[in-house]
Amino acid sequence: MVELRLYMAQRATAAIMAPLVLLHLGVMIYAIQGGLSADEILERTRGSLFWGGTYGLFVIAVSVHATIGLRNILREWFRLRGPVLAVLCWLCGAGLLIAGLRAVVAVVGAP
Amino acid sequence: MVDSATDSITVSVWRGVAGSGDFQDYQVPQQPSQTILDVITWIQRHLDASLSYRFACRVGMCGSCAMMVNGIPRWTCRTHVNKVMQERHLTVEPLRNLPVIKDLACDMSEFFEKWRQAEGHFQGRRSRDETVAAISPKSSQRQAANAAIECINCAICYASCDVVAWNRDYLGPAALNRAWSLQNDQRDRAQDERLKVVAGDAGCHQCHSQQGCSTYCPNELNPTASIAGLKRMSAHWFMNKKYRQRHG
Repeated sequence: MVELRLYMAQRATAAIMAPLVLLHLGVMIYAIQGGLSADEILERTRGSLFWGGTYGLFVIAVSVHATIGLRNILREWFRLRGPVLAVLCWLCGAGLLIAGLRAVVAVVGAP
Repeated sequence: MVDSATDSITVSVWRGVAGSGDFQDYQVPQQPSQTILDVITWIQRHLDASLSYRFACRVGMCGSCAMMVNGIPRWTCRTHVNKVMQERHLTVEPLRNLPVIKDLACDMSEFFEKWRQAEGHFQGRRSRDETVAAISPKSSQRQAANAAIECINCAICYASCDVVAWNRDYLGPAALNRAWSLQNDQRDRAQDERLKVVAGDAGCHQCHSQQGCSTYCPNELNPTASIAGLKRMSAHWFMNKKYRQRHG
């Protein structure tokens, strides 16, 4: 039942990402109407639990979602199976998570 | 043989056994309303009696004569030459994704074995001593079963499926389409067991919805929709409380 669990995890993370993408785009378009600079945006996001939580959740969802998709490609196109496939997928997931969380820290953390 | 080049077709037929073979060209006279199966039969009867291929009913009922024609899987008995011929040339190969026995005949064993694996046989709830189950033809379940039921086991969907090519364990569109039909048959009692198989690691969740099966099915069935139905059904099953209790 590994495939079913992964299928469900990928759909669940897609359901999380979709509204967050809309929120991100909507706020971005709204915020720049008055000509906000990057520094001014960062002033508003730093220390914000809401934006930290929003982007943190998004990064976690992306890491899971993208890794499952990559796993399918590695299985089907490169015929990888077993430990090699598992190690590559965990590395990819961890890499996405670390890179993404670093970006979140840069947006909400202290300068 | 026909002398006039305008009246003949060049047909490249794959000849060989599993693992080795090549195309061989034949000149075949063109006839009105000629099918691909007519062409292959003409080659075997007039040019090379050693050509191997498979057919039975010749009217699109039995699903025996499917082959790759110009790279596309087709039922050759119902495919007219003048509709698929390109510049008076045809290429005919054995079905993709199945092992070749010889020439145009491939081994269908794995295709039928996957039907068996997917619990593709009806298992009735009632004995012969009980009354016949009353099923409304208008019920949504019966309509879903009916939509998937006219499969002739030709394996065209199986040959068109890239997921089958990539993952040899994948049950394939025909077996899953059959399973969907039985999952909607209110008279069948094996739906829990069948759902576990089709939701398994070789089952419906491998499908990428590329729709090659639905594009080329000669009976215009829609296995992609059937597989999507199985995905929905298994997702509900996954989220069901009983399943969580059983599997933690």
